[in-house]
Amino acid sequence: MADVLKKVPVREQEPKVRAANFEEVCLGYNQEEAMEEASRCINCKNAKCISGCPVAIDIPGFIKEVKEGNIEEAYKVIGKSSALPAICGRVCPQESQCEGKCIRGIKGEPVSIGKLERFVADYALEHDINPEGPETTNGHKVAVIGSGPSGLTCAGDLAKMGYEVTVFEALHELGGVLVYGIPEFRLPKQKVVAKEIEKVKELGVKFETNVVIGKSTTIDQLIEEEGFEAVFIGSGAGLPMFMGIPGENANGVFSANEYLTRSNLMKAFDDSYDTPIAGGKKVAVVGGGNVAMDAARTALRLGAEVHIVYRRSEAELPARVEEVHHAKEEGVIFDLLTNPKEIFVDDSGNVKGMKVIKMELGEPDASGRRRPVEVPGSEYEIEVDTVIMSLGTSPNPLISSTTKGLETNRWKCIVADEEFGKTSKEGVYAGGDAVTGAATVILAMGAGKAGARGIDAYLKNR
Amino acid sequence: MYKILKAEKLADKIILMDVLAPRVAKHCQPGQFVIVKMDDKGERIPLTICDYDREAGTITIVFQEVGASTTKMADLKEGDAFRDFVGPLGCASEFVNEAPEELKKKKMLFVAGGVGAAPVYPQVKWLHEHGIEADVILGAKTKDMVILEQELEAVSGNLYVTTDDGSYGRSGMVTAVIEDLVQNEGKNYDVCVAIGPMIMMKFVCLLTKKLGLPTIVSMNPIMVDGTGMCGACRLQVGDQIKFACVDGPEFDGHLVDFDQAMKRSQMYKTEEGRAMLKLTEGDTHHGGCGNCGGDN
Repeated sequence: MADVLKKVPVREQEPKVRAANFEEVCLGYNQEEAMEEASRCINCKNAKCISGCPVAIDIPGFIKEVKEGNIEEAYKVIGKSSALPAICGRVCPQESQCEGKCIRGIKGEPVSIGKLERFVADYALEHDINPEGPETTNGHKVAVIGSGPSGLTCAGDLAKMGYEVTVFEALHELGGVLVYGIPEFRLPKQKVVAKEIEKVKELGVKFETNVVIGKSTTIDQLIEEEGFEAVFIGSGAGLPMFMGIPGENANGVFSANEYLTRSNLMKAFDDSYDTPIAGGKKVAVVGGGNVAMDAARTALRLGAEVHIVYRRSEAELPARVEEVHHAKEEGVIFDLLTNPKEIFVDDSGNVKGMKVIKMELGEPDASGRRRPVEVPGSEYEIEVDTVIMSLGTSPNPLISSTTKGLETNRWKCIVADEEFGKTSKEGVYAGGDAVTGAATVILAMGAGKAGARGIDAYLKNR
Repeated sequence: MYKILKAEKLADKIILMDVLAPRVAKHCQPGQFVIVKMDDKGERIPLTICDYDREAGTITIVFQEVGASTTKMADLKEGDAFRDFVGPLGCASEFVNEAPEELKKKKMLFVAGGVGAAPVYPQVKWLHEHGIEADVILGAKTKDMVILEQELEAVSGNLYVTTDDGSYGRSGMVTAVIEDLVQNEGKNYDVCVAIGPMIMMKFVCLLTKKLGLPTIVSMNPIMVDGTGMCGACRLQVGDQIKFACVDGPEFDGHLVDFDQAMKRSQMYKTEEGRAMLKLTEGDTHHGGCGNCGGDN
């Protein structure tokens, strides 16, 4: 009999095997395992897990159906709150959300809510179970800018309410960070992302790729010339930051966005695609977030020795615990309390090394995090041929600078209220990273839901 | 899909195409560019807009076969289509937003090197349509490589054609013509716009700096998305790092670090060479050079 205090373990690819391929690491539960894990849920009356979920999925409700083997019913319960369960079950930081609140977690391990959600969603993808759409449309046209998690969620919710929704995407593929940012080995593109987007299409949502709002057309023109009555901006935060240290323009220094876009969106890791990628032999990834882990594990799979260079200690790593764990298992080396000072460049303009300095943690700053300070005289050199800067991203000002009357704050984030995503411009709503700066997939989805509620209320009361 | 309505060979390895892309055609301005992706497995390639027809919804692009992707693209025929065609991208040329009366006072010189004639054309045409006749130097390696001469002739003030080998027009590099016009023919220009290979733009800028002639260049670094999300196209301009795709592609040529930009454009030279070999020699290209041992 299994230990009820522990999660039913999930099958994974062996670290040595997976470090050399781009296949998904976590293989997920089968129905038997899922039903066993579901039986660990004690179906709390006042379920704390729901309050930990940004879109408030009825977690005990769907788990109860799993326990009884009614997977299709479980999918319907999730579908009331989430449009992208196969994705969120994989990439949400559950330890700080639903699972972090689970009562089971006090004495043992919390219920594996994310893996159960994933199982239910994958079952629906495999068995062609579609979400329930509206019977008729209400004739109102809404434009959604961006096909990332917030845009997809907002579009899905609005379509369910009967709106005629068109999503505009700047890139040639749909999914935003789900296709260009998160790697194949965490989130399969054809098997999961494309299929989940198909389900949004089933609801009647139209998609137009290769449209850069602010260039190909503007929000004002969508409203004035193309008859859209409301707009949701879910354009994300895609503008990469650099450190501003000497040598940063050398060949071999990439933003994590570029490195991951080449690998994930353009499939540069696959020889049959035309886009090249400079894999590198010895790679330093600067930063400690999920994007840094993704870039490091991608470089590893392209054959490099990989170091994470992070200025704080392990406890402060912003990445998901599971990703840090996976990265370590695969052989990523962590150079903690270390910060780059300069990148050395050879005569051809290529990276040949990097000067770094040791750091120590000082007093907590305004945000409560202990501030890293340089240890004087502790500089040393490391030999690297590739440096990937993963320092975070900020919103692209393209949309805000071309939309009349749209207020932004000093970080160029669009100002919008949390409950309905209402911006300073009438009929225009916004959510996700475009409003908050770089955050998580599930928070973006929550914002997409809020935007859909806001737009519905606006168009009904007009 | 974006249908090709016309495909024409302008010179050896230089192709002109009209592509149906109504959203781009409706909004584009001189100085902007597009990114094209040929098929599912293709890479994203930036190309400057050579002309546009807002009524017909078409964009004219001109490109040179320089690697595997552009060579494959050159095989596309009328009726074929690009999988993806996105734009307009980048900023319009500064003069588009200048006050007309101020602009009319300016004497402008355009320098077009090779396929650089393609992005120069819509700028000179736009000025012509606004009553401004700019001088144009059109440079090519040889007579066969001169493109868009008649088109430019129709919209420019004076057109000076020069070939490196003297097989047509004047003889020598575009820089020699600039020097000649300014120093010997007493021409006074307020601004120079130079577009062509980076090495040409670099030498034009070295010269115009000496001549005290403000110069704008259109940079063509490696790009991926072309919307500002990756920084592959970053350049050192003065003391700042700029992304050519969103901050440019046009910059003050006297501030651009050309040496660094040229090194950055060599970054994938080996990969590009391999891709080209694979295309031209098929699966036999790993016959073994004795060095690489085959990389598959």
